[in-house]
Amino acid sequence: MNKIFMSGNHAFGEAAIRAGCRAYFGYPITPQNELGEYMSENLTKAGGVFVQSESETAAINMVVGASSMGTRVMTSSSSPGISLKQEGISFLAGFQLPAVIINVMRGGPGLGNIAPAQGDYFQATRGGGHGDYRTPVLAPASVQEVADFTYWAFDIADNYRTPVMVLGDGMLGQMKEPVVFPEMKKDFAEKEWALKGRGDGPSRYLASLILDVNEMERHNWMLVRKYQQIARNETRWEEFMTEDAKVIAVAYGTTARIAKAAIKRVRKEGVPAGMIRPITLWPFPGEIMKKTSKNINTFVVFEMSTGQMVEDVRIALEGDARIVFHGRPGGVVPTPMEFARILYREYERETKRTK
Amino acid sequence: MKQLNPWPRYYKKDVVTHYCPGCGHGIVHRIVAELMEEMDLGKKAVCVNPAGCAVLAYLYLDIDMLESAHGRGTAMATGAKRVRPDLFVFTYQGDGDLSAIGTAETIHSANRGEHISVIFINNAVYGMTGGQMAPTTLLGQKTTTTVSGRNPRFDGYPLHITDLVATFPGVIYAERVAVNGPAGIQRTKKAIRNAFQTQVDGLGYSIVEVLSPCPTNWKMTPRQSFDWITDVMSKEFPLGVLTDKRQRSEEK
Repeated sequence: MNKIFMSGNHAFGEAAIRAGCRAYFGYPITPQNELGEYMSENLTKAGGVFVQSESETAAINMVVGASSMGTRVMTSSSSPGISLKQEGISFLAGFQLPAVIINVMRGGPGLGNIAPAQGDYFQATRGGGHGDYRTPVLAPASVQEVADFTYWAFDIADNYRTPVMVLGDGMLGQMKEPVVFPEMKKDFAEKEWALKGRGDGPSRYLASLILDVNEMERHNWMLVRKYQQIARNETRWEEFMTEDAKVIAVAYGTTARIAKAAIKRVRKEGVPAGMIRPITLWPFPGEIMKKTSKNINTFVVFEMSTGQMVEDVRIALEGDARIVFHGRPGGVVPTPMEFARILYREYERETKRTK
Repeated sequence: MKQLNPWPRYYKKDVVTHYCPGCGHGIVHRIVAELMEEMDLGKKAVCVNPAGCAVLAYLYLDIDMLESAHGRGTAMATGAKRVRPDLFVFTYQGDGDLSAIGTAETIHSANRGEHISVIFINNAVYGMTGGQMAPTTLLGQKTTTTVSGRNPRFDGYPLHITDLVATFPGVIYAERVAVNGPAGIQRTKKAIRNAFQTQVDGLGYSIVEVLSPCPTNWKMTPRQSFDWITDVMSKEFPLGVLTDKRQRSEEK
């Protein structure tokens, strides 16, 4: 397929349709409205189902209903709406039903604002809803990755029977970039577990209520084994100019793009900076950070929040390196110049310290 | 000799009920199971059951079942029916589920005229959690959260949600019945049959509200609770067909 020029919000939708998504349920919220609008027109053209729900809560529960029938299904929202969806995400995890949830993050807490932010990292990576579960979280940093990761998210969801979140932000949703879409997916594995009426077979039920505590514990540990498998197979990250680096930036999504520009800038000044960019936020690529910390002592974590992913970096490094955090919450998008100054400063400190 | 009252095909055998003596759920479950067989729906039916006493309905109904989050039954049923319009999808919900926490889902699924059927068990109380006030609790009725009786000054009035949705153009059939005796049980079966047929005929949304006894939480004997439905509860919630637009829909 040829390259086309498209916004991130539209790309989420087009990639979902190509991944075989045939049902979308959502409620309008800025800055992701174009995604629902795109689905209302184009998903229905592709033979799918579109319902504008009365609330995000209803939308995610419609997702549960459609997913239980074996349909590839998606919902999308932005931060306040994602909070409302947490009930259903917990049920999806408990039922072991696949679904894709797009979060185009904005400033918070509360209504916050409609500018790009990364304040939902904790909510996304820690499960978000009640109970003992994890949600795989993919963090695109370009419209091309919006397309690729949304497509990929449907496969993770189906393969492991789990809700999967694609975590973007207002910047990624609103900006337009050239994008090449994956082919229309045609072959899908049979979903033996899907409800379709009992037919001539035995009746089945999907329930997350497990009153027997021992059975509930078994269910919890079974989920853990599944999450371990996801961590083994699906953890992804990008290393950028890390070979000779003395300072490592850690950033994801929009912030990683800005950090890349900052690294290119400081390298012209002779500062050997590099970056590890988590692509999956859960499972978190902690091992590569631990490995990198054998040779590198300074990690600079950039986020558009007051410091959330930095906790995962701290856990991963286990005290092995110096961690510096620089964040801009509230919808402020930092500049490459701003990050460059931090990288330059931390490199200076590092060289002075080691002299 | 022909057995006059055989065990319904879609009603599980050899299970011990978890419902209390005199509870109405077992009666309505049996009616559903009988209709699944009589209307030949059991093989393609999906029942969305609620959070509440009927959360364990899959122990008894031998059809495909999807457990719902509290109040979200009609949203889940919407998702299921929209992607599989060939299946027969119905919800089975209580008064707390359908008319308190799930009010928005109830009203909007009805207003969209989703092609689903809703069985609404109204026993004027939260059963599973131990007898707290429900939206349908009668004025003056004592519950564990209205110990002096429901007082409209603080607790509001009984909510007539079936009457409300019956006014929507997309709601094709709505009826209120009561399982308060043999005649009421027969009428209930007829009403649920009409509701199910509405979906089978592709006409739209249907809902049957069933006034149902909860002797345990009403602190009554089963017999007293049947009489209470007849003498008291059905005065607040009058029985009858609330809307029947099947003719209009067929003419369209």
